[in-house]
Amino acid sequence: MNYTLDFTPVIEGMPNLLTACLGTFMLAISGMLLATVIGIGGVVLRTSKIKLLRWLVIGFVELIRNTPFLVQIFFIYFALPLAGIRLDPTPTAIIALGINGGAYAIEIIRGGVQSISKGQMEAGLALGLHKAQVFRLIILKPALRAIFPSLTSQFVLLTLTTSIASAISAYELTSVSQRIESDSFRSFEVYFTVTAFYLVISWLMMRLFAFFSARYFAYPVK
Amino acid sequence: MGQDEFFFLLMGLKWTVALSAIGFVCGCVAGLGIALARTSGVPLVERITAGYIALFQGTPLLMQLFVVYYGLALVGIKVDAWAAVSVGLTLHASAYLGEIWRGAIEAVPRGQTEASKALALGYVSRMKDVVLPQALRISLPATIGFLVQLIKGTSLASIVGFTELTRAGNIISNQIFQPLTVFGIVGILYFVMCCPLTIYGAHLERKFAASVR
Repeated sequence: MNYTLDFTPVIEGMPNLLTACLGTFMLAISGMLLATVIGIGGVVLRTSKIKLLRWLVIGFVELIRNTPFLVQIFFIYFALPLAGIRLDPTPTAIIALGINGGAYAIEIIRGGVQSISKGQMEAGLALGLHKAQVFRLIILKPALRAIFPSLTSQFVLLTLTTSIASAISAYELTSVSQRIESDSFRSFEVYFTVTAFYLVISWLMMRLFAFFSARYFAYPVK
Repeated sequence: MGQDEFFFLLMGLKWTVALSAIGFVCGCVAGLGIALARTSGVPLVERITAGYIALFQGTPLLMQLFVVYYGLALVGIKVDAWAAVSVGLTLHASAYLGEIWRGAIEAVPRGQTEASKALALGYVSRMKDVVLPQALRISLPATIGFLVQLIKGTSLASIVGFTELTRAGNIISNQIFQPLTVFGIVGILYFVMCCPLTIYGAHLERKFAASVR
């Protein structure tokens, strides 16, 4: 074994890598927002009275959950221009991440809505609360609290999934590191460092979610 | 898209199945070790395995494959792409399965362990005959869910340069310039592999929930 590790290209590329971390954050947060919107919309459709709509949502969820993100992002990347929508790789990646995360969010949010029993609403009204108060305090908050752990761990997974967006060369950490790697051939050093970056990013995400949870959902259950 | 192209995709599919099988079987063996170490009661061992699990759950699979791929070459082990990817998938699966099974082992009521201790069963027998069979049952839906995730994860081997289903799709799509058809078919092939597993997992979960009630 006569290979010496050389981190010089990594150190030289550090400013680029750190900016790319922001790109990853941006991608992840936009993806999460879109996923939440799709998730809520999907649940509304999923509980609609029209059978066809319900089945469409079920089909969408199963289709997304049973195919790899890489294939989805390729498909969307090639499908959008055919539909007359010309977008850069980064917005395309956000759409793909939102659609993928949205399918998982639908299932999670549906579970939260189902966890609220009708009796709670009736009890709130009986205690003389307004309808709006009942919705905010008795429906929304417990539902959010019930789904918060699974939704946020899904969001951490989404953050890790952003690395796959490098396949269509969206601007994020993995694609930038691939560029440094192909310039310097210091593959192991580059990817080792970037892996550590991802570890920090996902740790930060988890801390952030835990902070929110402690700030807004810290009250006893029973 | 003609017959030859479709046949090429099927060759890729064969590798996807092989990678998934290798990753899952080896991951199960290693994952069992991780789960047992994680619940061993020895603080240092538990700390180390917790770190191992956090490491793999906190980084993208793509990066894990890159690091293993180039790391193996670095320590002088010359292996083919498929072997490097198999090692990467095995490590990844061992961490996730280890965490799933840790939860399952801890979900087995304490009384079971206490009763088998009272019956003077040793550690091996206690685990093999009492705790693990119950834990396996509890963990089955989550384990199947992870298998689906692993099958989908093998698609990342294409970025490392190994010709499995997704990369076969890439190659064909570059040849015949019909990306939507090709990736549509590739997606359907993945769906056909994963969907029965998902349905089976959901079925088991319902069955288990009903039996608990």
